[in-house]
Amino acid sequence: MSTNVQKFPRHFPIPVDPRFPARSGSPSGKVGPVSVGRPVRAPSPEVSKVGLSEICLSYRTQRGERLLALDNINLQVQAGEFVCIVGPSGCGKSTLLHLIAGLQPQTSGQILIDGKPVQGPGTDRILIFQEHGLFPWLTVGQNVEFGMKMKGIPKAEREEKTRYYLRLVHLAKFEKSYIHQLSGGMRQRVAIARALATEPDVLLMDEPFAALDAQTRDLLHDELERIWSETGRTIIFVTHNVREAIRLGDRVVLLTFRPGRVKSQFPVELPRPRHLEDPNVARVAREILDELRDEINRSLEAEYNEGVKPHVKTGVEA
Amino acid sequence: MKRAARYIIFYAALFGLWTLLAELKIWPPYLFPTPWGVGESLYAGFQDHSYWIAIRVSMQRVLIGYAISVVLGMILGLGVASNKFLEETMGGLLVSLQSLPSICWWPLALLWFGLNQNAILFVVIMGSLLSVTLAMEDGRKQMPKIFGQAGRNLGAKGFKLFWYVLLPASLPFIVSGLKQGWAFAWRSLITAEMLYLSLGLGQVLMMGRDLNDMSAVIAVMILIIAIGYVVDGVVFKGMEHHLQNKWGLTSAT
Repeated sequence: MSTNVQKFPRHFPIPVDPRFPARSGSPSGKVGPVSVGRPVRAPSPEVSKVGLSEICLSYRTQRGERLLALDNINLQVQAGEFVCIVGPSGCGKSTLLHLIAGLQPQTSGQILIDGKPVQGPGTDRILIFQEHGLFPWLTVGQNVEFGMKMKGIPKAEREEKTRYYLRLVHLAKFEKSYIHQLSGGMRQRVAIARALATEPDVLLMDEPFAALDAQTRDLLHDELERIWSETGRTIIFVTHNVREAIRLGDRVVLLTFRPGRVKSQFPVELPRPRHLEDPNVARVAREILDELRDEINRSLEAEYNEGVKPHVKTGVEA
Repeated sequence: MKRAARYIIFYAALFGLWTLLAELKIWPPYLFPTPWGVGESLYAGFQDHSYWIAIRVSMQRVLIGYAISVVLGMILGLGVASNKFLEETMGGLLVSLQSLPSICWWPLALLWFGLNQNAILFVVIMGSLLSVTLAMEDGRKQMPKIFGQAGRNLGAKGFKLFWYVLLPASLPFIVSGLKQGWAFAWRSLITAEMLYLSLGLGQVLMMGRDLNDMSAVIAVMILIIAIGYVVDGVVFKGMEHHLQNKWGLTSAT
């Protein structure tokens, strides 16, 4: 059970909610055994699912200086859109997700979900952490169930949905396992199932695959794309890896280094499914990397000057 | 097997030394009883039910006192860990109070609660409360922040967040503190019972003293040690083992 590379059937018949129009490229026609809540669509097309307007975040460092982490971030994300945020380490992209998740307040500006301002955490937006954040004292099934339990959903319904979402990530057999018995890739899939089980409109993913080996990550890219197309969730995905962003995103948003600002946005119009090694992906990646390079250099320079051990997160790796 | 053999050799040697010293009759038997005398006292004590009653009464007291201090200690510890003002003010006080033997509270306890069970309970609580509080404070700080964030993110707040996330997340970090709290509670109880005659193991021990029956005194001492050992070995070792299995932590030993 401690293998790092998972073996699961690539074309496992997965339950599909019939109420979701399947996107092109996804297996369709299977009727799901469980009724799964669909994300609430924006009331009108003018209101985006997630709207960030003039977000600023500053905090005081230990030396007492005021540091501007995020500066005037404006970003609109449409319902069902897959947006990737890319930037060098230290640009505040993870922090931005924490703000959207409501785990931390911004200094100024407004975060709107369906036009309503965010006030603290809510299960309409679920964050998936880089270090998965699963609860080691609970089994896989209990982890997936957790959000529903907090909501007060009856036990029978919870169990049914837990099984449904575990099947969705191909982990049905591991319902009774503890987290430490799973490999890194399996843990991230549990984290995805746990997030989906609360039926959020928006999935916030904070470099969820950064700590995984390349093969596992490729498989999870496929799975995530499939789950996204089947469930119609809105996804905001943060990564330092430009190719990963292009592999997955409808749109890539580039942040600058300290303070984090939106430098530019790239709509990705390559047909899905895409592959990391695809020359087209590489070509778009090069364009974005050209823009990103200055920021990466600034980030590395700052790390060297601060005497911090430079952990190379340049985004050039595939 | 080797370990068991070492145990047997050690205790056989200890027992042999005791028998030898007793049989040499350097001291009169009422000062230095033989192992047989202690054995007889133990047998007689269980035979006439006085030890059973004493154990039941003492266990009841220590369980109530310990339970109260665990609940209070967790609340206090959590408060101190999550509030900077409390940490700066009360944190130091708690640490310094820990150097105070809990039996020092006895005179005050007598005045406040009268000469009864509540006075004993108070001393027991004061004995173990600080260990639990400090352990909880430490556990809350050591606990990875991500658990709290993930819990809040999934819709847990207030008491639910504490009960379903913060408490289980900090358990591996506080189990040694809980164990220490138990040891302090048990010691405080016996001390208090020796000062106030009210059934319980402490009283049985003092009764041995009053009757100049050192066999009985040693018999009760053995009981006190045995109960402490069993609780530690069964309850806390079991808890640690359980946590290690769940979390996938490797045993420290």
